[in-house]
Amino acid sequence: MSSSNPTDDGGDKGPAETVTHVSGTGIPIRGNDIDTDQIIPARFMKVVTFDGLGQFSFFDQRFTDDDEEKEHPMNEDRFRDASVMVVNANFGCGSSREHAPQALMRWGVDAIVGESFAEIFAGNCLALGVPTVTADHETVSEIQAWVDAHPQETIDVDVEGETVTYGDTTVDVTVDDAQRKALVEGVWDTTALMGANGNAVRETADSLPYVTGDGV
Amino acid sequence: MSDGTLYDKVWENHAVTTLPTGQTQLFVGLHLIHEVTSPQAFGMLRERGVDVAFPERTHATVDHIVPTADQSRPYADAAAEEMMSELEENVRDSGIEFSDPTSGDQGIVHVIGPEQGMTQPGMTVVCGDSHTSTHGAFGALAFGIGTSQIRDVLATGCVAMEKKDVRKIEVTGELGDCVEAKDVILEIIRRLGTDGGVGYVYEYAGEAIESLDMEGRMSICNMSIEGGARAGYVNPDETTYEWLRDTDAFRDDPEKFERLKPYWESVASDDDAEYDDVVTIDGSSLEPVVTWGTTPGQGVGISEPIPHPEDLPEDKRDTARRAQEHMRVTPGETMEGYEVDVAFLGSCTNARLADLRRAARLVKGREVDPDVRAMVVPGSQRVQTAAEAEGLDDVFREAGFDWRNAGCSMCLGMNEDQLEGDEACASSSNRNFVGRQGSKDGRTVLMNPRMVAAAAVTGHVTDVRELPEREVDGEVEA
Ligand code: SF4
Repeated sequence: MSSSNPTDDGGDKGPAETVTHVSGTGIPIRGNDIDTDQIIPARFMKVVTFDGLGQFSFFDQRFTDDDEEKEHPMNEDRFRDASVMVVNANFGCGSSREHAPQALMRWGVDAIVGESFAEIFAGNCLALGVPTVTADHETVSEIQAWVDAHPQETIDVDVEGETVTYGDTTVDVTVDDAQRKALVEGVWDTTALMGANGNAVRETADSLPYVTGDGV
Repeated sequence: MSDGTLYDKVWENHAVTTLPTGQTQLFVGLHLIHEVTSPQAFGMLRERGVDVAFPERTHATVDHIVPTADQSRPYADAAAEEMMSELEENVRDSGIEFSDPTSGDQGIVHVIGPEQGMTQPGMTVVCGDSHTSTHGAFGALAFGIGTSQIRDVLATGCVAMEKKDVRKIEVTGELGDCVEAKDVILEIIRRLGTDGGVGYVYEYAGEAIESLDMEGRMSICNMSIEGGARAGYVNPDETTYEWLRDTDAFRDDPEKFERLKPYWESVASDDDAEYDDVVTIDGSSLEPVVTWGTTPGQGVGISEPIPHPEDLPEDKRDTARRAQEHMRVTPGETMEGYEVDVAFLGSCTNARLADLRRAARLVKGREVDPDVRAMVVPGSQRVQTAAEAEGLDDVFREAGFDWRNAGCSMCLGMNEDQLEGDEACASSSNRNFVGRQGSKDGRTVLMNPRMVAAAAVTGHVTDVRELPEREVDGEVEA
């Protein structure tokens, strides 16, 4: 797998890296409305760190009650090193659990191409430096079919140029403006960005009647 | 672009600056935290050597993992105990108030904020929990955030966000007999879709919404996220102020109440506010809604047939087929008569005092079907205490319900309250995703609390309006 960012150890990225493009082999995860309870079942969230969550990605889709492997792309050898996930509509709907993108990232996912994403999920991905780029149903279906047929070949997600290239084909995709700017300029560490504005924060707080009136 | 709405005003009041990403840095008025999504954020803070910026604007509770039967420490479940200890340590180190189980104030985060008067109109409220939208019932701008954003808020008192569009959902007319707020929101999601709200904040308005009590408004705002909207709100009015007047925040300080009221009034949407979209729903035409599938958008009126997948829009068919297979329902039939093994009355959607009262009235003088495992899990310790003072616990117990301690419980099955195998559950919660209630073969049917009570006593999904009358305390009740 090759990637423009050094996340393959599964850990967090440094605070101010740029993510202009991601390339790697693909994995298709088909279906609309795939919710966060499917991506990471709640029982695996009884933890106080995100370490080791990767192995539980899509757990109930991948394993039977007796821990035997079921048919699922994430169980297939040919997709085992994939880093670009290709999904359908409303992916990541449901809870705000960052455990969901954390699990996918720690499994090895560096970028997700899909028809649409739930907002909190996309925001959580951005906070991890994982782009979520979108295209229409036909385009996504074609990419999924291509990935199925070419599991060893590389897809390139150009975040800056808003394209996805697979084989000889390059298609236009959409990257949300704020997400593109944040990733391309390496300004997705919002804690650092906002922490620099302490005085302005105080001013805003002091202008609010419920803050000056008394605490909560 | 919307203009003059509550959303525009509250946004404007809390905007600190525009970030290089184009996002707005928004000041957070109330940050609620719980044990599942905050520990990693505190870890990140420690890594950076940063302190909590506004501990006095932060409040903690424990809800997801608390056992609802035996709450003695250490908890029987070691993982739950570890999460609890971690939270205790974090709040102690940072000087954050904690409604812990020994305080009598503990409960589901979206129940305790409003009941303690922390949630107020014109505030920004965030929590690492998608159902934070609940607090919008008070005219607050409230949204769920991820753990990295919790880190942001802990470290800076702010969150980075992009402004959304505003869709006004006007529910006209008067709701019919036994039709509740839950039915209104299930209907909205069914019509607009689970992703219909992406990019929008929902403003709920119209006669049917305005005539709801605060509990009902919370049930509606709670499920905004199930319709894809990050936030939902109702403009504050006299009903809102009446609730607030009687909370911890103002009970002993009526002057503070009067000082803040003009601000609350000022943030309500203007009469001539502009919206990006308006949807109107005739509230008087609704009936109780239940889900037949595995997303909250797969709902149907209790007397209507379950749809045939081929009659649905193309992009919904596959999901519908899979859902019907999982749920073992037959298109063309109604949900009435669908057998249930479990009845769960709980969650941040429908476990407030008003919900329990309505369900108890229905249960009184009846018995839970012998094949049904029925439980009531109050939304908070205060709800529990108030309900017990009214004798509701006895009503439920006598009927055969298990009366438990406050927490999220079987809404997501992170404690011992879980579905087993392929059990079917009539649930007053908000999500019917596969695996949500703790068993991946479990089957969840979402419905309003009275419908849950009705299913508990009959053993199957039942139109509560058709339950035969019975005599209670010399009076005849439905
Ligand atoms: S009751 Fe359910 S939906 Fe509400 S906060 Fe708890 S787990 Fe989440």
